[in-house]
Amino acid sequence: MQEKLQEIFSQHYRKRDALIPILQDIQGVFGYLPPEAMTAAGKFCHMDPVEVFGVATFYAQFKFSPVGKNLVMVCQGTACHVMGGGRVLEEVQTQLGIPAGGTTKDGVYTLETVACIGACALAPAMVVNKNTYGRMKAERVTEILNANRGD
Amino acid sequence: MQTEAIRIQPGKDRQLLVCRGTGCESQRAKEIYFGLIDALKKAGLADKTEVKFTGCHGLCQMGPTIIIEPGGTFYCNVTPEDVQEVVESDLVKGVPVERLLFLDPKGKKRVLTYHDMDFFQPQRRIVLRNCGFINPEDIDNYIEVGGYRAIQKCFKMTPMEVINEVKKSGIRGRGGAGFSTGMKWEFAHKAPGDQKYLICNADEGDPGAFMDRAVLEGDPHSVLEGMLIAGYAIGATKAYVYVRAEYPLAYERVLIAIKQATDRGYLGKNVFGSGFDFEIKVKLGAGAFVCGEETALMASIEGKRGMPMPRPPFPAIKGVFGKPTNINNVETLANLAAIMDKGADWFASVGTEKSKGTKVFCLAGKINRSGLVEIPMGTPLRTIIDEIGGGIPNKRKFKAAQTGGPSGGAIPAEHFDIPMDYENVTQVGSIMGSGGMVVTDESTCMVDLARFFLTFTQKESCGKCVPCRLGTKNMLEVLTRITKGQATIDEIDQLEVLAQDVKAGSLCGLGQTAPNPVLSTIRYYRDEYEAHILRHECPARVCVDLIKFQVNEEKCTKCGSCAKVCPTNAVIWQKKETARIDLEKCIKCRSCILACRFNAID
Repeated sequence: MQEKLQEIFSQHYRKRDALIPILQDIQGVFGYLPPEAMTAAGKFCHMDPVEVFGVATFYAQFKFSPVGKNLVMVCQGTACHVMGGGRVLEEVQTQLGIPAGGTTKDGVYTLETVACIGACALAPAMVVNKNTYGRMKAERVTEILNANRGD
Repeated sequence: MQTEAIRIQPGKDRQLLVCRGTGCESQRAKEIYFGLIDALKKAGLADKTEVKFTGCHGLCQMGPTIIIEPGGTFYCNVTPEDVQEVVESDLVKGVPVERLLFLDPKGKKRVLTYHDMDFFQPQRRIVLRNCGFINPEDIDNYIEVGGYRAIQKCFKMTPMEVINEVKKSGIRGRGGAGFSTGMKWEFAHKAPGDQKYLICNADEGDPGAFMDRAVLEGDPHSVLEGMLIAGYAIGATKAYVYVRAEYPLAYERVLIAIKQATDRGYLGKNVFGSGFDFEIKVKLGAGAFVCGEETALMASIEGKRGMPMPRPPFPAIKGVFGKPTNINNVETLANLAAIMDKGADWFASVGTEKSKGTKVFCLAGKINRSGLVEIPMGTPLRTIIDEIGGGIPNKRKFKAAQTGGPSGGAIPAEHFDIPMDYENVTQVGSIMGSGGMVVTDESTCMVDLARFFLTFTQKESCGKCVPCRLGTKNMLEVLTRITKGQATIDEIDQLEVLAQDVKAGSLCGLGQTAPNPVLSTIRYYRDEYEAHILRHECPARVCVDLIKFQVNEEKCTKCGSCAKVCPTNAVIWQKKETARIDLEKCIKCRSCILACRFNAID
């Protein structure tokens, strides 16, 4: 971990305003923010661990436990809500057997909701990894999840 | 719609524009793009035909789309399998592929070009002038259509002359508040300070708005040029683009654009040999809606929790890192090059007396053609919904247009003819906002919609000030009880009082506007609130706790649509018989209600 962290730090300057980009890079490498990495980031930016944790927990983007191999995001924005995004979310939750924010036991999927992905014209929408699926129907969930197992 | 953004490469006869915005890309636009290149090679047309990928054309509903210039033939709902036919029929034989042309729902006729489509006709594109016509990843494309000309013109003027021109144009901030951009610049210009900052606010958090994303993806250089103009005018040499993490493609394209502009000497030291230095950095948001508020955004840039600060001091005096800072929204900045290039009078000739120029709206929800539209200020709501949007699907009735997202309100059917500008929209109890417009019909419950927005703002409240932190929570509790039929009739009035208090007492825009959806829906749809409370009934049949899931025998036409969609086989139906719902098996998913065209499920 130390090596990877040093590599991340080498691309930033040692100031407080570099903290969020550093945390984003750490999450990019590890998939979440390991506590020791946050402490190291604090040291690098001349900040106490408590401040780093304070900043990290403020933002919805940061995760504090390992995530699954595939990230499933179901949009719950206004247009998606009006067009039945709630039903899509229910279906994904049922099929994966986890609530939003959870990760399946086998570590294959993490499920999250997002307030809007800006694909309102295609509502309801969901995103798996980098693939966006528009005009979703509950019946398409199985097919999409299977196509994105990544094994 | 007129456009000056069409430039066909010398030596080429024709140009194919393939939309690769997020909408079209999610429907295999990439395959279409590469498929076209292949097919043209095979047909021997590769030398004479230019294939270009572009940002969003706006008609996301009909994507993926291809435009053929000159002429403007518009193909929609194209699949990779159609590519061969487009090349063989249209390009080789000169016969348009009829079935891929846009079907005009009114005349039931196919329309050949986008010039004749009523989606585009009432539009006037200033912000989106290049979106859909240029390759966003190629700076030369932007320069060919007049890009980076306005900034060079500005360098021949003094900063104050630039500010006066912008003031004269009458442009107001497109982020929502509608404050005069020129005046805002003047404050920052006159503020004392050795180092000043400019920030482009691309933290488009309003769920239901995607215009900033479309501009950054489709024409990032126009935003950079707008930033250069603003930076020169106020005397800022350092700038940030603060973009949402949820917009990976926009982020990538801005980075590409900054690199290209820096390589040309349009950014960095001594820009265009003018002696003016200008550096742009990109900061990626980390998922907090409150960071769209300017003081919270600045805290986030500084690496702090994104919490707002009381104003004054205003950012123009004491902003990011304690220095004078000017913050403009993406759409505002995208207007500037056009204003400085064509002049303030030209810009001021578009729009209404107090609201100049155009506004980009994201049309979504219960509408036939959703997508990105840009209209002159003052265009009636009716034109947007009926002409551009093609009306409401499934023969349902228009109920309201929700503008301004969680900070805005509903514009009801009785105001269907209002000219859309800042003053009018405010007068009917909504706000212009950043441009989200979610259309609702009879099947949308307005209490549920208000609750939806409150759920969002309550979750996103940063917790710094009490009125917002506790007030939104309290309002949400009341709304939730109403949707469950557990509230008393007095609570509507109490909700209104509480909403006014939260509005008056909150520290920043999030809390000050969070009650708007509640107030606006109570104002226009009090009867719906009363139905939930007094009759335990949700007229739109959205609030699950109040639906009986019983088939109304009088209304049922025995068609069986409900039985076909039920995921748990809870609907018992045989031909020529009224359907029945087995409540033991029913999971209350509402699939049957959505499928029934006769409102026969109570």
